[in-house]
Amino acid sequence: MKKLISLLLSLMLVATLITACGEKKVEEPVTSTEKETKTETETKGEKVKFAIIVKNTGNPYNEKEMEGFVKAIEELGGEVILKAPDQPTAEAQIQMIEELIAQNVAAIAIAANDPDALQPALQKAMDKGIKVLSLDSAVNADSRMVHVNQADPTAIGTSLVAGISEMMGGTGQFAILSATSQATNQNAWIEVMKDDLVNYPDIELVKVAYGDDLRDKSVSETEALLQSYPNLKGIVAPTTVGVAAAGKVLTDKGLKGTVQLTGLGLPSEMAEYIESGVCEWMYLWNPIDVGYLAGYAAAALVDGTITGAEGDKFKAGTLGEKSIITVGDGTEIMLGDPFKFDAGNIGEWKAVY
Amino acid sequence: MTENKVIKQIKGLDIAKFRELGLVIFIIILSLAVQIRNPRFLTLENLNDMLTNTAILGILAVGMMLVIITRGIDLSVGSTIALSGMITALTVSTYPDMNPILAVLLGTLIGLVCGSVVGLLISKVGILPIIASLGFMNIFRGLTFMTSGGKWISAHQMPVSFKAIATSKVLGINTLIVIAIVTYIVAYYFINHTRTGRQIYAVGSNPESAKISGINTDKILWMVYAIMGALSGLAGVLWVSKFASAQGDTAEGYVMNVIAACVLGGVSISGGSGKISGIILGTLLLGILNNALPLMLVSPFWQNAIQGFIILIAVLVNALVKRNITKQNLMRRKI
Repeated sequence: MKKLISLLLSLMLVATLITACGEKKVEEPVTSTEKETKTETETKGEKVKFAIIVKNTGNPYNEKEMEGFVKAIEELGGEVILKAPDQPTAEAQIQMIEELIAQNVAAIAIAANDPDALQPALQKAMDKGIKVLSLDSAVNADSRMVHVNQADPTAIGTSLVAGISEMMGGTGQFAILSATSQATNQNAWIEVMKDDLVNYPDIELVKVAYGDDLRDKSVSETEALLQSYPNLKGIVAPTTVGVAAAGKVLTDKGLKGTVQLTGLGLPSEMAEYIESGVCEWMYLWNPIDVGYLAGYAAAALVDGTITGAEGDKFKAGTLGEKSIITVGDGTEIMLGDPFKFDAGNIGEWKAVY
Repeated sequence: MTENKVIKQIKGLDIAKFRELGLVIFIIILSLAVQIRNPRFLTLENLNDMLTNTAILGILAVGMMLVIITRGIDLSVGSTIALSGMITALTVSTYPDMNPILAVLLGTLIGLVCGSVVGLLISKVGILPIIASLGFMNIFRGLTFMTSGGKWISAHQMPVSFKAIATSKVLGINTLIVIAIVTYIVAYYFINHTRTGRQIYAVGSNPESAKISGINTDKILWMVYAIMGALSGLAGVLWVSKFASAQGDTAEGYVMNVIAACVLGGVSISGGSGKISGIILGTLLLGILNNALPLMLVSPFWQNAIQGFIILIAVLVNALVKRNITKQNLMRRKI
């Protein structure tokens, strides 16, 4: 009897599974917000459609990326389809990719919620001749033709050194307050900074301290730097927690103007210290530019200027000529110089991210 | 024979005292060593920095000591800090005119509620403290992310009055240090001079006898977790005010420092023993380590290892001394 019941139950389970799977192919539930922007009057008839999928709705950082993407495609005279799921999940993005394949778009740019989960859907798109690229948050190398990377180590390293040099008036000691000693990104930037210091003979890097991206440790390390190097004129912190913690210590100790501070940080975290002048300016990538570059890259892929192979070059509007380089397994386009956040623009950006 | 007993007692006392004396000497040697490497260690400014940075740890160590005395442990401390800090930060960013004292009370209340829930589960339902608090560690962390929607509350969103809690001074001493000292004094009076305070030790050293002798062990257990929660909540507000930022992952892993401060201070993990003077020294030792290791210009790769070594040495001393005392007790029994 028990066996019979369990058999019946499993049959029912299988049946529901089959019907559920079958249904999914037929219906295309739209659970997300979708905006279609017609960029020009439709007198010319069919326009090339460029799609961008971001992580989720209501994410101000993503909205700036979409803004940049729209700007690029408008300049090129194409049609933009903006898509953003309600929840930042890979499932929602897969559904949107399927929808876009059905709409027969020319290119899909995606800020992925998962590097691997989107592979089947994106490969299906590429098989249909749709150009696929990722921006901001990459998908694996097999799921894309090229990735638009916002963090160019060389540009970040040299910008930071140039920034602290300018703040210190070209001479003096400075220290770096990093994240953990094993952080890949930070270590790459620090290497570039060290190499770049040969161009600044009067500036001395006295120590690289590690705050481990912990508030309490970053504060202790900053205080130790100030105690150990009484002549310290500057601190560069290429990490959000570190730069904000250093800003707080300099504020509390009244060292504004005595010890300069710059680095990479979230505008919202740093607004306080940039507005007060403790940190005159700092850097981070500009999401508008990330989207803008992705727009031009998508167009270049569609018109065949680039194929996503190393060494390809294309013109990216106001950003100038960009070339494709190999990073790891895949190819990437580097955004270039990070964006400078100072007292003039921080008020606008602190609400964004 | 009575003379003998007295002598033994004095000896036992001596060892107990020596344990703390050992810690004091250890701290003095360490300070001198650091001072030689970096003469700016024993400056007023650096000592002030160090004590301010250690105050939050000190407040939490008091609560953790009470919990450990009852043979328990509370792993949810870091998450409670984050939750109370986040809710308080959200509140003051919405109502910038809120009195900072009210904000402190709000955070403490949130912590008290968190701790009471954990304590209720441990005392009434009888779940093992490590399991119950592990579960709530994740629940409170999750709640923190939910209330904030994953966003951070940054310095510019907090009113000046709130950030001033951690930077203001009372009689020339930083408020955080003052709060820690007050906590110590109240706790000292509570555990040494009140009936309930003494009952905590009774429950810890022998729960069965405590129950038989009429102590409401459930109430005591529930109370220590509630106190721990309230102190975590208080620490959460102070943390957010001090660093002027509330994140979802605030104080993640910080509970280990708190437990370390207690163990260093001679609080026995097997329950029943622990003194305020001990945890003050334990906290101070950790504070000095955190402050001095960067000052000694030790390679960052060594910092963690050195810290671990020192904690290990302290635990070893604890084990040796304890073995000694038990041996003496056995000898006394023979006579």
